[in-house]
Amino acid sequence: MDGTNCYHCGEDCDNFSVDFDEKHFCCHGCKTVYEIFADNDLSYYYDLQAAAGATPKAIKGKYDFLDTDSIVEKLTEFKDDKLQLINLYIPHIHCSSCIWVLENLNKLNSSIRNSQVDFPKKTVRISYSSSKFSLKDLVLLLAKIGYEPYISLDDYDNKKKSVNHELIYKLGVAGFAFGNVMFLSFPDYFDLPSNTPSGGEFWLNQYQDVFRWLMFIFSLPVVFYASWGYFKSAFKGLRSRVLNIDVPIALGIVVLFLRSTIDIVFELGPGFFDSLTGLVFFLLLGRFFQQKTYSFLSFERDYKSYFPIAVTVINSEKEERTTQIHDIKKGDRLLIRNEELIPVDGILLNGNARIDYSFVTGESEPVRKKSGDKVFAGGKQLNGAIEIEASKKISQSYLTQLWSNSVFQKNKADTFQTLTDSIGKRFTIVVLSIAIIATAFWLYHEPSKAMNVFTAVLIIACPCAISLAAPFTLGNMLRIFGRKKFYLKDTQTIEQLAQIDTAIFDKTGTITTSKKTIPIYQGSSLNKDEELLLKNTLRASNHILSRSLYRILDANDIITLDTFEEYLGKGIEGTKDNNHIKVGSSDFVSKRKFHETINTAVHISSNDNYKGKFIFYNQYRDGVSEVFKTMSKNMKLAILSGDNEGEKLRLEKLLPKLTPLYFNKKPEHKLEFIKSLQEKDKKVLMVGDGLNDAGALAQSNVGIAISENVNVFSPACDGILDASKFQQLYQYILASKKAMRIIKLSFVLSLLYNVIGLYFAITGQLEPVIAAILMPLSSISVVAFATVMTNILGRKIK
Amino acid sequence: MSVIYVLLAISIVVAILFFIAFIVSVKKGQYDDSYTPSVRMLFEDELVIEKSSEEIKIDKNPTK
Repeated sequence: MDGTNCYHCGEDCDNFSVDFDEKHFCCHGCKTVYEIFADNDLSYYYDLQAAAGATPKAIKGKYDFLDTDSIVEKLTEFKDDKLQLINLYIPHIHCSSCIWVLENLNKLNSSIRNSQVDFPKKTVRISYSSSKFSLKDLVLLLAKIGYEPYISLDDYDNKKKSVNHELIYKLGVAGFAFGNVMFLSFPDYFDLPSNTPSGGEFWLNQYQDVFRWLMFIFSLPVVFYASWGYFKSAFKGLRSRVLNIDVPIALGIVVLFLRSTIDIVFELGPGFFDSLTGLVFFLLLGRFFQQKTYSFLSFERDYKSYFPIAVTVINSEKEERTTQIHDIKKGDRLLIRNEELIPVDGILLNGNARIDYSFVTGESEPVRKKSGDKVFAGGKQLNGAIEIEASKKISQSYLTQLWSNSVFQKNKADTFQTLTDSIGKRFTIVVLSIAIIATAFWLYHEPSKAMNVFTAVLIIACPCAISLAAPFTLGNMLRIFGRKKFYLKDTQTIEQLAQIDTAIFDKTGTITTSKKTIPIYQGSSLNKDEELLLKNTLRASNHILSRSLYRILDANDIITLDTFEEYLGKGIEGTKDNNHIKVGSSDFVSKRKFHETINTAVHISSNDNYKGKFIFYNQYRDGVSEVFKTMSKNMKLAILSGDNEGEKLRLEKLLPKLTPLYFNKKPEHKLEFIKSLQEKDKKVLMVGDGLNDAGALAQSNVGIAISENVNVFSPACDGILDASKFQQLYQYILASKKAMRIIKLSFVLSLLYNVIGLYFAITGQLEPVIAAILMPLSSISVVAFATVMTNILGRKIK
Repeated sequence: MSVIYVLLAISIVVAILFFIAFIVSVKKGQYDDSYTPSVRMLFEDELVIEKSSEEIKIDKNPTK
């Protein structure tokens, strides 16, 4: 029976399968989705891509807040009495089947008028008539077919993010002008008007003013609209006394425009309008290439994209009402259901709380709380419903206060000087001194040519090719990394990554896997019957720990238990032929008192005799040891964990000797730790995964979030690394260093062109046609060089 | 020789028309999502087959 996979979601279903319509399903949820699709003529879904579906999750009560009108109002893009329009983010969108089924939603419900998927962003825009159909119905329908939308506080707070088309417009304007100006300067390229000795073109000669002034008009929007960003940036740089690369560029553009205008006004020549428009066009092209990244990933998330929009409040008359999170007041009584998030700090009133704080503190073990205990925002309740009393407002909670730290306001890009900018500084100084020396020389020999030479030097030395080298090299690297599942926020991150000399790792979820844990048995061995009974008792339970224990036990016979009982939060009990077995927490299994172990343990007793326990250890990612070993040769490493010291000994064995290990670090401690390293002039890479690392990720030079599934939440960071590629981390850093070397080589190449151009400029022979040839030629050869080299580099990395 | 004015005017008007078309297409969001339309385009053909099978099914239903 090998390879039976669920027809809907592709999950392996050897152990358990629901058969329907001659097809296998891993669970009833998947079968139900199949039925819905089959009944509504949507089974083409399975033809497009096999096993594309997702198992629908239980969502009872989760979307009750969508009944509240004011919330619906905030979430929808458009809303009137009849029609509503909403844009929903659905993380599961991943293939053509998804697009197809979501765009055919109207077959499932006739109230849905139109739905359109934006695949790169993983969103779907749905318009529906709201007379018989509400937003809640829509979300429930989507969840029922396995496409549960992700709605968080983030959607509520900032409503519409308008797409910025400015760069495309500028590029369009520059390209349009470039083409037309080149077309108009064609007569000049072939020297047609002035070449009277060889006959000349009389009529072109007659109308050359028309051509020239048309070129002038075309260049106006290029100078005053398309290249405005360069003037602004150069001005900003000068004001803060930094000579960035935009200074010589802006200078070049200004000089090109003024010299050309003067040339045509005094009929000295045709001007350099073709070079001017071409220059701006190429520059913007570089920007465009650098800018486009992953629209489905967000690198700016804070706690808001993790928090729900609303929560159930129980008022004094014991009525349950959904309340928007910002409206929660101190003293409100909140109902937190199973798997829901605690939105504010509070006091537990009743219920059996087992709270998973792994996301907030890095602690892997869920914490038990009794009524009267304090609970903190950000924890996830795992054990049935609880009630808490809010003791603070949301913005004052312990977790949310982390975001008031000033690092979150700072933009790393502002403080970092890129390689291009640091070259730009020296470049500007050199070019200006060459221009001045050459002018001085000509002033002495032939004053009439001096101005000509001065402007020619500034024009030809305009560092177009230099400023294209980095965008194309790094932009291409960004795409190559993306294909290897290493998603970086921007090209600057690659530059920063190349300089890293210290790497700090979080433990839980970063170097350990979140799913797999290996249980190790301690205690007296179990006999055959006991093992069989244990296995079959575990088989009946759906608890995560039971499932992973079940997988490692050898006994294979399936027997029917006489009785089976599951005690929520305590354990399970099974009997067969007068033998009974108890599996679970220590006080459930035996009356004996145990030392509290730090690691998760499952205790076992057979017929009330205590047998032993399975201890669950964190499982480290494959290759952690090797990654640390190779990295430790070239940089300093450390582990910074929010977890307790339970794993210290194992970590020491796993990692290179003398790797510093720090435990019990709170989020703000992590931030301070990174800061203190940076004060010692270290370039720090932080690798983390949860909200507890958010501060450290923001403070570090490069913060990388490890994620098992890049579509689900990850905290604000500079890069997201797919967990399966953890072993490649160091390779990626090395590749970034190589990319920087490619940029430097490109600089050399473009400087060669500049030297050739300067020869013409200094000797006073710079004709517009030479500039028009040299400039695009240098740009194109630099772009080609950078692209080819990075592709070669990309092929080498795994 | 005024033909050159006419020619220039025509060429520039054509260029500007295309430029306006470009601006309009950007405004309409044609460049926002460059992937999904390429997939969606392939669905239409299959949908026709889907519809014909639907008709057959409707025919079958009354006999049940």
